[in-house]
Amino acid sequence: MDSIPILSLLTFLPLAGALLILFIDKNNKGLIRGAAFTTTVIVFLMSVPLYFYFENTYEMQFVEKHEWIPAWGVYYSLGIDGISLFLVLLTTLITAICVASTWTAIDKHIKEFMISMLILETGMIGVFCALDFFLFYVLWEVMLIPMYLMIGIWGGQRRIYAAVKFFLFTMFGSVLMLVAILWLYFHLHELTGQYSFDILSYHGLKIDPSAQFWLFLAFFMAFAIKVPMFPFHTWLPDAHVQAPTAGSVILAGILLKMGTYGFLRFSLPIFPEAAADAVWWISSLAVIGIIYGALVAMVQEDVKKLVAYSSVSHLGFVMLGIFAMNTQAIEGGMLQMINHGISTGALFLIVGVLYERRHTRLISEYGGVSKKMPIFAVIFMIVTLSSIGLPGLNGFVGEFLILLGVWKANPLFAVLATTGVIWAAVYMLWMFQRVMLGKITNPKNEKLTDLSLREIAYFTPLIVFIFVLGVFPTPFIKKMEPSINHLVEQTRTSVVVQIENEKTADGKMAIAIKPPVDKTSADDGEG
Amino acid sequence: MLGLENIWLVPILPLIGAIVNGLFGKFMSKSSVTLWAVGSTGLSFFIAVIAFLNLLSLDARDRVFEKILFTWIQAGSFTAQAGIQIDPLSAIFLLIVTGVGFLIHVYSIGYMSHEEGYARYFAYLNLFMFSMLLLILGNNFLLMFIGWEGVGLCSYLLIGYYYEKDSASNAGKKAFVMNRIGDFGFLLAIMWIFWTFGSIDYTTVFPSASQVLPAGGFAVTGITLLLFLGATGKSAQIPLYTWLPDAMEGPTPVSALIHAATMVTAGVYMVTRCNALFNLAPTSMIVVALIGAATALFAATMGLYQNDIKRVLAYSTVSQLGYMFLACGVGAYVAAVFHVMTHAFFKACLFLGSGSVIHGMSGEQDMRQMGGLKSKMPITHMTMLISALAISGIPIFAGFFSKDEILLSAFLGHTKGNLVYWILATVAAAVTAFYMFRLYYMTFSGELRAEDQHVRDHVHESPNVMTVPLIILAFGAAFAGFLGLPIIEGGHALNNFLGPVFHTPGAPEHPHASLGLELFLMGFSVSVAVLGILVARHFYYVRPEAATEMAAKGGFIKTVYTTLQNKYYIDEIYDVVIVKPVVSFSRSFLWKIFDVKIVDGFVNSIASFVTDLSSLLRKSQTGMVRNYALAMALGGVFFVGLWILALGN
Repeated sequence: MDSIPILSLLTFLPLAGALLILFIDKNNKGLIRGAAFTTTVIVFLMSVPLYFYFENTYEMQFVEKHEWIPAWGVYYSLGIDGISLFLVLLTTLITAICVASTWTAIDKHIKEFMISMLILETGMIGVFCALDFFLFYVLWEVMLIPMYLMIGIWGGQRRIYAAVKFFLFTMFGSVLMLVAILWLYFHLHELTGQYSFDILSYHGLKIDPSAQFWLFLAFFMAFAIKVPMFPFHTWLPDAHVQAPTAGSVILAGILLKMGTYGFLRFSLPIFPEAAADAVWWISSLAVIGIIYGALVAMVQEDVKKLVAYSSVSHLGFVMLGIFAMNTQAIEGGMLQMINHGISTGALFLIVGVLYERRHTRLISEYGGVSKKMPIFAVIFMIVTLSSIGLPGLNGFVGEFLILLGVWKANPLFAVLATTGVIWAAVYMLWMFQRVMLGKITNPKNEKLTDLSLREIAYFTPLIVFIFVLGVFPTPFIKKMEPSINHLVEQTRTSVVVQIENEKTADGKMAIAIKPPVDKTSADDGEG
Repeated sequence: MLGLENIWLVPILPLIGAIVNGLFGKFMSKSSVTLWAVGSTGLSFFIAVIAFLNLLSLDARDRVFEKILFTWIQAGSFTAQAGIQIDPLSAIFLLIVTGVGFLIHVYSIGYMSHEEGYARYFAYLNLFMFSMLLLILGNNFLLMFIGWEGVGLCSYLLIGYYYEKDSASNAGKKAFVMNRIGDFGFLLAIMWIFWTFGSIDYTTVFPSASQVLPAGGFAVTGITLLLFLGATGKSAQIPLYTWLPDAMEGPTPVSALIHAATMVTAGVYMVTRCNALFNLAPTSMIVVALIGAATALFAATMGLYQNDIKRVLAYSTVSQLGYMFLACGVGAYVAAVFHVMTHAFFKACLFLGSGSVIHGMSGEQDMRQMGGLKSKMPITHMTMLISALAISGIPIFAGFFSKDEILLSAFLGHTKGNLVYWILATVAAAVTAFYMFRLYYMTFSGELRAEDQHVRDHVHESPNVMTVPLIILAFGAAFAGFLGLPIIEGGHALNNFLGPVFHTPGAPEHPHASLGLELFLMGFSVSVAVLGILVARHFYYVRPEAATEMAAKGGFIKTVYTTLQNKYYIDEIYDVVIVKPVVSFSRSFLWKIFDVKIVDGFVNSIASFVTDLSSLLRKSQTGMVRNYALAMALGGVFFVGLWILALGN
């Protein structure tokens, strides 16, 4: 595999596909769809070997590095570790499924839609692979535009409002992040005399704690909006409700993970002290998000909004896990990211199936759908159960490991977050009941038709992963474990260094300063 | 070949049945659906029996067999194996679950024969068997938890089997959510156990419990109370019992299997399995005993005046489960398991009997419409009479032995307040005898009261496929008690068999009473039961009009009657105090005010402020997008400036 620039191929193949579609006549809808679908499937198939060739170490793998703008120290540098590996795989899978789902759902400006979709895929894969801040930031911004267009052009009634809101929120965070990146860039030069955007060289960089705080905050804003964390989440329900199905799936399945990925790749390893100081308030926001998201989801009248708010709750678990800063919790967080991509992606597809047939998303318009759509009912039920974390399915493993790790870090947060399992059952089962069970009371539902073969086909891989990740999560965990252990180490060693520095500065050896993360270092030293 | 090695087949076979019927049942003939479903369960029962005999042939101290299949979750130091373990405790449950499960599968062939979703029903039922067996055979807490939630799921699916009925889908949801409240505790207990012991395997946790956890300490009390919270959900104890009566919306064989004989006893399995932990936590033991005894009486009184035949049995199940927890709480684990076993026989028989009655009455469940079925349904009548005698605690029938052992243990127990529990349980025994025979007389004696002519004409005894399981269960209800003859020293077979499992540090000494006291207590509880039966006989057989007259008089009796019939209004109280406030707080405040007006309103007001500012500056109103873009640019510049200033200082 070493000789093949596999990551570049994965990143730019979608772009090549987009260029190809540019030359197809816009009325040749079948060919456009076929070309887009084929491209995404090829990208997916090409990404699968990554999993098998990936070696269980924390080192970056499949690395490519070429000079880009030497004067500024900008490199075209790609590579993945156990954290980004799964996000790349998730991206290629979800994108292919998304394209398959748009077959009949998108009928206007198909050409533009597919081009946007493919450019988006390039951006997403690139962001997860980029090892250079400059490249990362360019791709991060590149992603924004196709998503903005998808909501703004193919969206619902209030699509412009939602698109602009999405854009502004994200831009706001991105700009702050840019400033922070530039500050880091010049700081690195100050320390080493070199200009470099190499992300890894910032890991463990010595940064003054007060500057760390502001920089951490800047990155935090960018990522917290993306996740989204409570209280920066209000763009999400609007964006989801207005976005077309495929847009929602990508948004929930992949784009939200950019935020949590950012915390893992940048915030924790670059600003470990600031991150350690932030544990209490970020964990608090995460727990609030878990409960708040669930409660607000419970009372939604629009299915899509319900799923959107449930994302706030699920991503709250991920954030809580990441900031517990121990092996189990971060592994759980990673699994939860994958699981959320699969389950919530599937949920948005499910909403899409209903919307395509009835052109409404109001829960009260449905009821008794099971009778007319039995195959759909089974799939919906499985996805619902996965979303509420039924053991044996994927959702449970992630949630459990998060809670287990959080218990170690802070039992109180674990207790509060565990109430989430009750709320999830309440809002999901209540929604399922109102949509699927009971008698058909609305005559419009009498004409509903069950899933087509194409629809069954694109749900199938998701359902398979729901079971596989639930029953055999260990092979996946093994791949990510070295990277996560390394990350946990990074957050701890820096703290130790800091404590020692403070001790020598004060000259008081007796005072043991124990920052919150240190509590977790008793975790069996498997790192 | 069929030794303990192959015990993993026991849960896997029904799983295969579930998968086959779930995926392809629609396209298969009814008989092949039956073959897969009933065949797999039957085979699994057969293997379970062989395994049991194999276990018996081992020396009493070596009766533990563990087999690891694969590693389920491994994350850092945390490992959860997919492994199975069989010891005397799981063996007893294994026989109950596969045996009763198999009979109920057979019975279902007849009971469900006219249903549209025949394959769906059996797929769920087989999935239930798999989950329940996993719960029992799992070698660690997390595996028990999969089974635990799995049976909850199957219960949800089967309660909501008639999903077009709102009452059924509501009941299913309620069951799931209430169970989840319990599972919340269970889950936390597992985490606490892991970080205390560094493992969740039974073989690591239990033997070291007394060294790792100081007796009576905060940790062991916390862990056991959280575990018990899980048990109150699954086994329908106060305060989480309200889902079980509603669960009667499911098909009757489901009520028999899941909501009487097996799933609801999972809590008892869990507490007895964790006896090594509970023994170290005297406070938790008091809670367990108190909740058990209180539930036994409280639920029994709610069963007094129900008119739906299945609801009477449902409350009776809650009450009997209370007895089992009372037994656990006073340290009489063997008695608890013994009662699980006898209860499985007589309660499954009662439920299937009621199913047979409902079947014969064309779906009628109201006992006021029944009566006089004795001659029309002789087998159902006889089997139900035997089981009613068993549950009432009449000597020689199975329930007598197990209930008497619980009462005796409560009387002699070392747990604080044991006499209170004994009184509660004894009163409950009288109440139980009364409502069971109220049910019996209302159903079988007197004249048929059904108004519908169609129903009257079609009353019939059920087919053999339904009556044979009834007869087998009634046989168990009559004679299973002899496994635990209390008086003969050293003759208590069950005690000897289960002994090693419960012989853990801190285990209470088996209380010894003089033969005279034992006989006196026995006589007392029997006379209490007989009294209950006689009162029921008076009101519902000798003078059936007496009950109505008393209720019609009004006043205090009327109030009691209405309160009981309305189940002390607990459902309504939960609704008003918890459900409605949470929903309306979430809707009216969290969503519509906090989320929309405050959080989002703040964001929008910034946006519109910048927009206004920009239109002032540029005086050109060119539509939203432009304004927003400009606002964004300005805002961006503003914040960049601010940030640079902040960093600069």
